Amino acid sequence: MAKQRVMIVGGGLAGLSAAMKLAELDIDVDLMSLAPVKRSHSVCAQGGINSVNDQTRQLGDDEWKHFDDTVYGGDFLNHQPPVKEMCYWAPKVIELMDRLGVTFNRTPEGFIDRRRFGGTLYKRTAFAGATTGQQLLYALDEQVRRYESEGKITKYEFWDFLGPLLDDNGVCRGAVGQDLVSMEIRSFPADALIIASGGPGLVYGRSTMSMACTGSAVSRCFQDGAKYGNGEFIQVHPTAVPGADKLRLMSESARGEGGRVWVPRKAHDGRNPMEIPEADRYYFLEERYPEYGNLVPRDIATREIFDICVNEGLSVDPERSCVYLDLTHISRAELDRKLGGILAIYEKFQGDDPRETPMKIFPAVHYSMGGLWVDYERTAAGGLRPGSIANQATNIPNMYAIGECDYQYHGGNRLGANSLLSCIFSGLFVAPCIENLLSTSPHGTAAEQPSSVYANARRQHQQRHNALLKRDAGRENPYLIHQELGNVMTRTATVVRRNDQLEEGYAKVEELHERAEHCSLSDTGGWTNQNVVFTKALLDMFPLAKSILKGALQRDECRGAHYKPNFSMPPLTAEDPVERRREAEAWCDRFAANTDKWLKSTIAVWDGNEPQITYEEIDTSLIPPRPRLYGLVGADVIDKVWKERQAASGKQEAKAAAH
Amino acid sequence: MADSTHHGNGKPGDSFEVRVLRQDGPQEPSYWERHQVAIEPDMNVISVLQRIAAKATTVDGKQVAPVAWDCNCLEEVCGACTMVINGRVRQSCSANVARLLEEHPGEIELQPMTKFPVVRDLMVDRSRLFRALTKVKAWIPVDGSYEMGPGPKQSREQQEQAYPLSECMSCGCCLDACPQYRKIEVQRYEGETDQAFEARKNKAYDSGFVGAHAISQTVLFNMNPTGKMNAKERTDALMEEGGIQVCGNAQNCVAVCPKEIPLTTSIAKAGRAATVRSVAQFFDR
Repeated sequence: MAKQRVMIVGGGLAGLSAAMKLAELDIDVDLMSLAPVKRSHSVCAQGGINSVNDQTRQLGDDEWKHFDDTVYGGDFLNHQPPVKEMCYWAPKVIELMDRLGVTFNRTPEGFIDRRRFGGTLYKRTAFAGATTGQQLLYALDEQVRRYESEGKITKYEFWDFLGPLLDDNGVCRGAVGQDLVSMEIRSFPADALIIASGGPGLVYGRSTMSMACTGSAVSRCFQDGAKYGNGEFIQVHPTAVPGADKLRLMSESARGEGGRVWVPRKAHDGRNPMEIPEADRYYFLEERYPEYGNLVPRDIATREIFDICVNEGLSVDPERSCVYLDLTHISRAELDRKLGGILAIYEKFQGDDPRETPMKIFPAVHYSMGGLWVDYERTAAGGLRPGSIANQATNIPNMYAIGECDYQYHGGNRLGANSLLSCIFSGLFVAPCIENLLSTSPHGTAAEQPSSVYANARRQHQQRHNALLKRDAGRENPYLIHQELGNVMTRTATVVRRNDQLEEGYAKVEELHERAEHCSLSDTGGWTNQNVVFTKALLDMFPLAKSILKGALQRDECRGAHYKPNFSMPPLTAEDPVERRREAEAWCDRFAANTDKWLKSTIAVWDGNEPQITYEEIDTSLIPPRPRLYGLVGADVIDKVWKERQAASGKQEAKAAAH
Repeated sequence: MADSTHHGNGKPGDSFEVRVLRQDGPQEPSYWERHQVAIEPDMNVISVLQRIAAKATTVDGKQVAPVAWDCNCLEEVCGACTMVINGRVRQSCSANVARLLEEHPGEIELQPMTKFPVVRDLMVDRSRLFRALTKVKAWIPVDGSYEMGPGPKQSREQQEQAYPLSECMSCGCCLDACPQYRKIEVQRYEGETDQAFEARKNKAYDSGFVGAHAISQTVLFNMNPTGKMNAKERTDALMEEGGIQVCGNAQNCVAVCPKEIPLTTSIAKAGRAATVRSVAQFFDR
């Protein structure tokens, strides 16, 4: 019998860790990527990677608290068993990466240094300067290169994934890919396909994501029948530097290391920021959220910065919205040691030295919590069953998804420094599951399939490609349509969402989709034709864009990265304790009703024209949902009432037992 | 915020010319083409190429295919978008148009890197650069990914020495600027298999100069507490044909490195290690 093979699409942290682990299990791997894997977007992750550690443990921290912070930060929209498993694995992941040679910052004693990140009160985050993603990616890239030199991994770099290769029974038998240089289209037989293609930032035109983050790989699976979960949950990072071509991330670690966000109390105060006295500065995050301060979770920080600029009119710059992110009170040596990488980027692109003058920043689209729906098998204790072929499996047999492009782990909002963890964890964890899939071959092997399966799939994609090249000249321009798509998405489905705008946005996207079908190409050649590759990716952005908009339109509530002011839960207003208590009771009633209705994953399936949306129950059996109350007036009373209700319903006991 | 207006040349609304050295494919002749681009605030060379792609019309009004180029992160960390801009090899994402126009009023000149085979236009084949990392075994040969506890403790000083070297993004600037790094272009024979072509290409690559980036990576892994256990192997690889002895110490590499990696320090360190190694080998015989 021919040796079985696994195809991985995407060479970021998730794809590389899966490739490394599969090779270690003596499984042959093909790795397809738009760019050389060392250039994958994971390199841009800056701040760090979370895990409980010896230091936080002694301050009362444990894996359960990391789990709780993740679930609470994600507004309970995550199945709890995978999150629990990830948090319990986290310390092992850091140790592994340390052994692989990641240049983590060190304490004076030689231990791995840690910093604080948003949504947590502990210093859990290990970091390598402010280029942690880069160092982690390189460590995995090096291991993969080592296996490649031994012949266990074959890389297909500068290849575009055109779609999963399905047989007549809908079972995945491999992938179809296209060489971006020679434009050759080829079928790759595989006994399992792992999609690890990252987020869909380009759907928003400009974002903090890379140019390879088109979402096309995921969309191609979606259009072939894969379910897409929680599409509307797109995280907008609070701090980024606006640019004409893209929005550049300014890591949360800048705040984790003591960076302070403020605006002058007077609108458009023209003074040099360094000359504005403390009394004239409004540290709005610190004032509004005394416990977490500048390290409130990202959705909260994003909305507050948006609110200060848009609603209160306190933007620093009169022409465009921005606030100060100030590091000038920290010593130059410490900044260079811990944040050098990101400060150099700001300096290079903006021309100002953030060690001398506060940076001007504004929120930007950053991370997709949504992605391909994946399954899991839980244990009685509430973790994942290691090696189960259900873990990370999509609804298409033999097809798996890991990393940012799966919908698991982050719920309604991603906790900072958890993405690197989820990518490496899911990549490592899926490998033994695939090993079991290959050894049991529940759907037969790729080698047993008739060769016509592969020939037909190749032919279909070749025909689509040829048809695109033959389009009449002088019609729609794909680059301009992309700009329009990005503008609509950014305007309607980012920080604040309103149903009328979402409806209007959906109609506009439908119109653009229609027009995009009439794009003509300015390059009809058969060598390194980036024009046709981009046009295909553009066409495949629409199913995702529509799923994001429709999901957001239908979800009439506020949860994590999805915020609709018309459905927000207002703070308590009464001063009188009895009345305040009554208000809190009413608040909790409303919260409970909302939870019954909306604490569900959004599941989209593509019907050929638009997404059909249903909802799936969430496993909240380990930590009962509770209100997310960062900074809300009256939070103390609401919290008290909610806890009393929980105790009465006996759920607290259940939690203790599970713990 | 960097304001393009105060850099002299180049107010929004004005335009400038972009001269691009194009080539339709490997072995094809190259030719210059001129494009007119309107100035917008905060423009970099990436946005210039995006405007050219959207318009795809030269200054003479001729419809042409968009210019092919390589890019990804646009934050100067992925290393993809290296090209020769106004005669200097650098990343195109961090090449600010206003500043370029200050140096050369009214015009920007874009060329592909000179030491790598052109794939098309500004896109080149840098697989040789990655091949060099395999040659010098630029990795930590761990026993596997199973749970084995943390790696060895490291002092802050050690980390601070290693960290800048670990920032190398394989962009290739150091190689393009190096007088000893000569272009190697291998053509595929008719009917040659992927594997056979790959093997022949690697053989040719391995005979050429390994390059500053790979030398610096050997230093990085040789200073790692675990990696140093295999320091001899890496140093041996550096002493083969195309190894460190080829370096002419021109110091161009360090001058163009966008990450300011101390490449010449690495080369000096690796050179000393090679000398020690050859003396040891002499006595081992």
